[in-house]
Amino acid sequence: MIETAVVQTVKKNYLTEKQGILSWLFSTDHKRIAILYTFSITVFFFLGGFFALMMRLELLSPTSWLVSVGTYNKLFTMHGIIMVWFFLIPSIPGTLGNFLIPMMIGAKDLAFPKLNLLSWYIYMLGGLVTVYALFRGGVDTGWTFYTPFSTSYSTTYVISAAVGILIAGFSSIITGLNFIATIHRMRAPGLTWFRLPIFIWSMYASSMILVLATPVLAITLLMVAVERIFQVGIFDPALGGDPVLFQHMFWFYSHPAVYIMVLPGMAVISEIFPAFSRKPLFGYKAVAFSSIAIAVIGFLVWGHHMFVAGESAYSALAFSFLSYCVAVPSAIKVFNWTATMYKGSVSWDTPMLYAIGFVGLFTIGGMTGLFLAALGFDVHVHDTYFVIAHFHYIMVGGTVMAFLGGVHYWWPKVSGKMYPEGIARLSALVVFLGFNLTFFPQFVLGYLGMPRRYAAYPPEFQMLHVLSTAGASILGVGYVLPLCYLIWAWHYGRDAGPNPWRATGLEWKTESPPPTHNFEVTPIVTAEQPYDYEAMKEELQLV
Amino acid sequence: MSETATLACREQFATPEQQRETSSIGMWIFLASEIMMFGGLFVAYSVYRLSHPQAFQEASAHMDILLGSINSAILLTSSLSLAFAEHSAQAGSRNLLAIFLIATMLIGLAFLGIKFTEYYEHYQQHEAPGIWFDATGPHASGIQMFFVFYFVMTGLHAIHMIVGLGILFALLLRTMLGTFTAEYHSPILFGGLYWHFVDIIWIFLYAIFYLPGLHK
Repeated sequence: MIETAVVQTVKKNYLTEKQGILSWLFSTDHKRIAILYTFSITVFFFLGGFFALMMRLELLSPTSWLVSVGTYNKLFTMHGIIMVWFFLIPSIPGTLGNFLIPMMIGAKDLAFPKLNLLSWYIYMLGGLVTVYALFRGGVDTGWTFYTPFSTSYSTTYVISAAVGILIAGFSSIITGLNFIATIHRMRAPGLTWFRLPIFIWSMYASSMILVLATPVLAITLLMVAVERIFQVGIFDPALGGDPVLFQHMFWFYSHPAVYIMVLPGMAVISEIFPAFSRKPLFGYKAVAFSSIAIAVIGFLVWGHHMFVAGESAYSALAFSFLSYCVAVPSAIKVFNWTATMYKGSVSWDTPMLYAIGFVGLFTIGGMTGLFLAALGFDVHVHDTYFVIAHFHYIMVGGTVMAFLGGVHYWWPKVSGKMYPEGIARLSALVVFLGFNLTFFPQFVLGYLGMPRRYAAYPPEFQMLHVLSTAGASILGVGYVLPLCYLIWAWHYGRDAGPNPWRATGLEWKTESPPPTHNFEVTPIVTAEQPYDYEAMKEELQLV
Repeated sequence: MSETATLACREQFATPEQQRETSSIGMWIFLASEIMMFGGLFVAYSVYRLSHPQAFQEASAHMDILLGSINSAILLTSSLSLAFAEHSAQAGSRNLLAIFLIATMLIGLAFLGIKFTEYYEHYQQHEAPGIWFDATGPHASGIQMFFVFYFVMTGLHAIHMIVGLGILFALLLRTMLGTFTAEYHSPILFGGLYWHFVDIIWIFLYAIFYLPGLHK
């Protein structure tokens, strides 16, 4: 016994297998690439967060006091571009998805490890081109690049920003392609589709959107760049072009992109709920298929961004109806998560706090999405802070909460060390409170008529803006705290062991941190269902 | 022993069969993504053709239908040649495989040569969009729009052809090195899949750019 213990402590894992910076930069190990992605998206997150903070400070006063109006336009544009394309979209797929998909399906690596490394380099190249645009003077079109402003009037660095995003798009496509091929063909023996964790189902649905929607964005941004470079009027009405066509093509990607961002969040949440309720996920098949339904219906709702852009009343009606439809599979998920908690033995560890926070905030974000899908109401709040608040509840309250929950949940697996639970719970609470204080006042602001993208506003809105800025600073603290204690835990945390949460799933069956090839022996799956916490209970009692 | 050595697969796969199936699904997903990319341009083209029907017809009459048709025939021949290459690979005939790969590349280069000749002709006739464009008349902006799509779409297609030539060249090198056998030649099939896909795109491009001018 003592001998085997000694052997285990010197056994190499993926972190200690090779040393040196080059062993990271040229690694094709999906786990190391996940760490590379984690570094990069963290940098981009705090860069995008810095722009948000500057905006919130500017909005403390009704007059434009901190930055010029032009600079304010650049701030919200760069905030949007960096947060959407360089943080949110690669966030969960690039980090947790890369790390966990092969482990959850009992594979040694993704199907195409070299392509996986290439995707990180392409992402970084896209990021550098965008940062170049930023340092040359930024972009002021808004992250949506609406024409004809972006093509004919803006004098800022639109082309380099568009090209940066276009390049990063190819990284998304490669990641999605890799995930789909891996999930189809690399599953361990016995791991049938209905024995897969929901994480895999949701990542699969998300990858489908990445592969099919991103190329349309690439081609749309290419047309914007061509129009600017060659001075031709693809979207310019004066030259026979149609600016609304740009909006159709942009939102054909960018609405499904919302599901690219939130489906991986749902993937994480669907793992956390069963583990901390000690119960199988309620309605497994319904949750699995609802991911696919979101991906499919999500492709058919883009027109709800153009209700006031001259869309015909009939297509507005159809898009409104379809937008209501896409809420159904999302609601199925929310009901099944909460039903999973029912009569479970719920523990309030940090991942669970984030998961519960996710459900609350995602529900508010989703419900206000229904307000916006309603034709009449949308006309009232179109382009106001109501919209801003709505999509931040989905993207920040949803995806970022899920990301943090997932990082805490799998941190022991990734690093082999436990994070400090007390301060982690506290910071989860800080994030939740800070988030609501930041964005709930914005619903009110928008309903009262405060338009988005303005540096100055009537004085009667000041109180709500000050509340929002106060919330943003609390939220900032909530994001810096995990950064500090997770880095601390990486070095000084106590050893986690293979399965600190006593969770089901193949990733917990191997050591923490895992060996380079994940499993000593390829696992063979015999369990009929993925979240068999009943069997787990019996097993633990026997021990 | 030598047979297992040639059938070895990369470390993440359990069997060569799994490797082949996985690469195959990866290739098809890639092509789906490509369809969406060209699809965006086809949609935009269709929208403008509906809003500028006369201009597009008039502009299409400026196309060199003879060169376009010859090029279509050339490209289809290259696909035929590549199909022979795939067949030779399956039969395990390395020399024939190399010959057909070289033939495919030469035919592909001929296509690009004719394409760039056409581009140059359009440039000389002031039909290239932007600062080089010069036309008067009621449909001038619509005609320019036609040529914007012509250059962007056939240009993107030409880039795909150049990438395809690179892939064929890499396959040729690996053929010379003796990598491919009757048992293991799936990269030839996947390269072929890509080449045939690029050909099919051209058939649609030919139809939307060269043929509308014939309706008079």
